[in-house]
Amino acid sequence: MTVTKSAQGAAPSLRPARPRYGERVIEGGLFLAALTSIATTIAIIFAIFEPAVEFFLEPEITLTEFFGGTTWTPLFAESQRQFGVLPLVAATFTTSWIALVVAIPLGLGAAIYLAEYAQPKIRSTFKPILEILAGIPTVVYGYFALTFFTPTILKPIFGDSIGTFNMLSAGLIMGVMIIPVVASLSEDAITAVPQNLREGAYGMGSTKMQVSTRVVVPAAVSGIFAAIMLAVSRAVGETMIVALAAGKRSNFSFNPLDDGWTMTGFIVDAAQGDQPTGSIGYESLFAVAALLFVITFVLNIISIRLVRKYREEYE
Amino acid sequence: MSIQAPVRTEKGRALTARPHENLPKERAFRAVLLACLIFATFFLVVLFTYIIVRGAKRFDLALFTNQFSQVNPDTAGGQSAILGTIYLGLIVIVITVPLGTAAAVYLEEYADKTSRINRAIDVNIQNLAAVPSVVYGLLGLGVFVRFIFGEPTLLVGGLILSLLVLPVVIIAGREAIKAVPPSLREGSLGLGATRWQTNWRMVLPSAIPGIATGVILAVSRAIGEAAPLVVIGVGLITFNPDSLDDRFTALPILIFDTAKRPQEAFQDLSAALIIVSLILLIVLNGSAILIRNKFQRKW
Repeated sequence: MTVTKSAQGAAPSLRPARPRYGERVIEGGLFLAALTSIATTIAIIFAIFEPAVEFFLEPEITLTEFFGGTTWTPLFAESQRQFGVLPLVAATFTTSWIALVVAIPLGLGAAIYLAEYAQPKIRSTFKPILEILAGIPTVVYGYFALTFFTPTILKPIFGDSIGTFNMLSAGLIMGVMIIPVVASLSEDAITAVPQNLREGAYGMGSTKMQVSTRVVVPAAVSGIFAAIMLAVSRAVGETMIVALAAGKRSNFSFNPLDDGWTMTGFIVDAAQGDQPTGSIGYESLFAVAALLFVITFVLNIISIRLVRKYREEYE
Repeated sequence: MSIQAPVRTEKGRALTARPHENLPKERAFRAVLLACLIFATFFLVVLFTYIIVRGAKRFDLALFTNQFSQVNPDTAGGQSAILGTIYLGLIVIVITVPLGTAAAVYLEEYADKTSRINRAIDVNIQNLAAVPSVVYGLLGLGVFVRFIFGEPTLLVGGLILSLLVLPVVIIAGREAIKAVPPSLREGSLGLGATRWQTNWRMVLPSAIPGIATGVILAVSRAIGEAAPLVVIGVGLITFNPDSLDDRFTALPILIFDTAKRPQEAFQDLSAALIIVSLILLIVLNGSAILIRNKFQRKW
């Protein structure tokens, strides 16, 4: 290992008077601990993609059907099985955009207020509230969506056109769950905007609102975009809310009032069915998970890159 | 996150042209922004009120002394689930504290930040922190359950949840270590201590409050997770686990199951169980805040 001696060693010599093998062993041990994260990633990729590949190698399944078909019934009897993943994608898309319509404006508004307007006392009241919101288990949100929000709020508005399970309720409640994600990352980005930009704008006679909307937010835009990417990733990967409130019937629909089976919802429901290892039902679980992993992975990487970029720009 | 805000706000206020603040447009904008936060607060109040009202009638001793029953929702409890969740939390602590701290020490104190492998580890940890929890469940199902252990035991559940929150512990640990001033290290090294002696006796003791806060928050996230446990096949088990090799159940699993049942009585039970898990979370988060305020040293 060619580790740091040169980087930090420039300061008064770190070089020991005699070789200390124990130090080396400890460093090696610590390095191994850090490597567990890489090992976890490799294990996840292997665990998901191996059965997913098996799935696509089944003679019954074609890539065109998987990505183009609009009926998803891999757990049915052999003669009725169909493998078009689009209904799951449509449901994930529908619940996600509803959630984002709630989470992005509210999260961003909260972030601007906390970073630009709030006095320390107000900040210290609202920050914990966002933290609690972020800390509530998602199964609790799911319970709330299913047993309160749908029957008490949505039913009276939409009447019979909305069912016990629907994507609107799941999406809206998921949106509230994601507000803290957007708010906290955006606030970081806004706080990182250097003060002299604001001072310059005030010097030109701008009002506070003009400074916020035309100087600060545009300057923080890459960080805000990173927050949004992470929010999308959270919405796509969110499981318990949709598993409880969105339903478990595969239908190809973008209508928020319909029920919908999302990718994550399918994974949870199918896994509960205890599919035998190696069966098509079991493999289909991993095929959907692979798709989910790829989507969230791309979103996360974009987000990480952007966060890094704005940090480098201003620090 | 919060370091610059107060200073900047004050400065910003001092610099703001006062008369502008009273323009209707300015006030409306400010009100809209504040409304976002008020909405979040309002939602939280409604959520808590609803859960408490619904759960109150079942928040009784039976909840803790009885096991779950499919036939008697009015007297059913959740003892095995409550115990299971506590055990899971303990397993997560035992696994993530040494592993997460070691990784954090390596990345902050030893790693050459320009080397490829260390940058890869860094990005990888951030990415892992954002992988959907249900995906960890499939790792558990495909590898731990189907290939190694054969069934979803307490150990498997604890392992999966540990892997899930390990990035949180590592990230918090790194922040805590970063906050220890270099002068401490330099003093120690100057007196002839080795690197490890310095880390073990100077850096880590100073970083303990930060690390503890991170661990507590990680545990509180872990014990709220249902998705990975559902996926590895944790079902409704109505006996208490005696060893790591026993099958088990957990609060989020029982909440999920009872919430799905159409009968009112089961849903009330679900709400009562939610109260239990919210109390657990509040105690954990409260102690994290306490540690943060009481022990965190300003250098």
